Amino acid sequence: MKIVTGNDLKSGDVTWWTGSGWSRHIADAVDAGDEAEAILARESAAQRVNAAYVIDAERTADGIRPAHIKERIRALGPTVRLDLSLDPTATPERVL
Amino acid sequence: MYKYDQYDQAMVDTRVAEFRDQTARRIAGKMTEDQFKPLRLQNGLYLQLHAYMLRVAVPYGTLNSAQMRVLGDIADKYDRGYGHFTTRQNIQYNWIKLEDAPDILADLAKVEMHAIQTSGNCIRNISSDQFAGAAADELVDPRPYAELLRQWSSFHPEFLALPRKFKIAVIASDTDRAAMRLHDIGIQIVKNASGEIGAAFYVGGGMGRTPMIAPLIKDFVPLDQLITYSEACLRVYNRYGRRDNKYKARIKILVHELGKEEYTRQVEEEFAHLLTQGIEPPLAELERIIPYFADPAYEAGASDELDRSDPDFALWVDHNCHAHKQPGYMVATISLKPVGGIPGDASADQIRLMADLAKQYSFDELRVTHAQNIVLPHVKKSDLYTLWQSLDAAGLSTPNLDSIGDIIACPGLDYCSLANARSIPVAQKISERFAAQDKLDTIGELKLKISGCINACGHHHAGHIGILGVDRKGTENYQLSLGGCEGADTSLGTITGPGFSEDGVVDAVEKVTDLYLSERKDGERFLDTYRRIGMAPFKEALYG
Repeated sequence: MKIVTGNDLKSGDVTWWTGSGWSRHIADAVDAGDEAEAILARESAAQRVNAAYVIDAERTADGIRPAHIKERIRALGPTVRLDLSLDPTATPERVL
Repeated sequence: MYKYDQYDQAMVDTRVAEFRDQTARRIAGKMTEDQFKPLRLQNGLYLQLHAYMLRVAVPYGTLNSAQMRVLGDIADKYDRGYGHFTTRQNIQYNWIKLEDAPDILADLAKVEMHAIQTSGNCIRNISSDQFAGAAADELVDPRPYAELLRQWSSFHPEFLALPRKFKIAVIASDTDRAAMRLHDIGIQIVKNASGEIGAAFYVGGGMGRTPMIAPLIKDFVPLDQLITYSEACLRVYNRYGRRDNKYKARIKILVHELGKEEYTRQVEEEFAHLLTQGIEPPLAELERIIPYFADPAYEAGASDELDRSDPDFALWVDHNCHAHKQPGYMVATISLKPVGGIPGDASADQIRLMADLAKQYSFDELRVTHAQNIVLPHVKKSDLYTLWQSLDAAGLSTPNLDSIGDIIACPGLDYCSLANARSIPVAQKISERFAAQDKLDTIGELKLKISGCINACGHHHAGHIGILGVDRKGTENYQLSLGGCEGADTSLGTITGPGFSEDGVVDAVEKVTDLYLSERKDGERFLDTYRRIGMAPFKEALYG
């Protein structure tokens, strides 16, 4: 699946495209499919999110899993400070 | 330490107001990110993996307690309760909101601090010896010269758009504690045969993807030509540095490609021209600055005795304290490398505590080291035990300075958008593997440095053992190098061979130290043994 991500302009928080807006939780992300580029263009113009881009991901039993480790860490938070993660069940093993 | 005059303060206050306006316009959508990005970077505000990151300058690593306290307060008020001290003697906050950034800069300005020129292709924060003004072996305090260079380089209109970033270090001892020869310009304050004080210039060093040790290009520049010679070095670079290729744009590439002799010839030509232009600030300015760095009011006749009856305290003194030029005093280094901890991180409470302890025991002064530790430079020996007790209660008394537990690590892929692999978990696992004090002590001095990408913020090229994290088909992989050194005998590490997994590199480090222990001769440090026996036995232990 293709999902769209960026960082919120004001807070800098990692954010994911939900189909109708942006969420800090990757679980809310949707497959942007063929519309990804159009979403990027529209949302870049709206200037709510910085440097949005499209990434590859897959839906697994644990939820949406980005293909690259960098995006998995963005979704989780620093693996060395899981107390700061949005996901209280997070473990580094699940990310890696 | 230096106090802002009205010009310094006006410059910083004006910049805060300017950035407040720019930020408001960005949030209101009146500016695109492409327009805003260079403006926020000029104020140290990056966008990293999880949030905005603010890098605050600590000029030549020197702070007073009021400044340190504000750094702790910022961590609490605007961030998530901690800060990260960096290998450039600065501090970074990882969770900054854009709308808060102007307020943070305003808080910093109230204590004569800022984030200007902590990013971008300009002259960055000047770094120096963390023991400046206290070291028993220094010729003079190097900080007045670093401060003069700071003033010259701040908002220098000619050097705000260099081919790449530019880093300068200033030291004044033969013992190089600032990795001086791995800077774009390394300056050593020296005395010539006539007894005059001047500056030796080393130009074209650096780490990154093409590490190079700066060659000496001028062994003595009179102090009243310090700025003119610096300007000449920069001008030649600014004119001929490779703007066409980011990876070849640092001055080290120019010096290497031109050759030291030709680069030096061009600098001398430019220098001769600049001498006719009268650009050197009057010596009176340096003379105005020097008294700010005068010795504190040491207690005359302070006792040189130290009660070492508490073995844990004695251990800490042996590892973390250094000789001071003043009898009865010592330099105390607070390790920010607890076993299993994150190198360079300190909580807001720890930062404020260190501020309080500096006020109480170190004439109001602290230093940030490039090894991501904090120094209290002037502690009376009779106060050391009480100081240590306070540090111990706050988890700040780890006795591991310059040992394998005192690891330099960049933020790596846990925080940094440039990184290819995580650095911090590797540092944590190594420090846990070597946690036993007797193991640490048996190994002795061993500087281990980890970078999460080829930009080398973790100084891996200069590690006795260096680790570089790379991305191998989406998986973290770690290259090991041996034999790097950042001191007076600077050398660059050599890669051992194929890389290792995260756990594998921890095992590999242990194999390397085991071999060292079996091969070393009396009195040899790891680096000495490596230099004597070479890479082959280590390769055999790792891959044989």
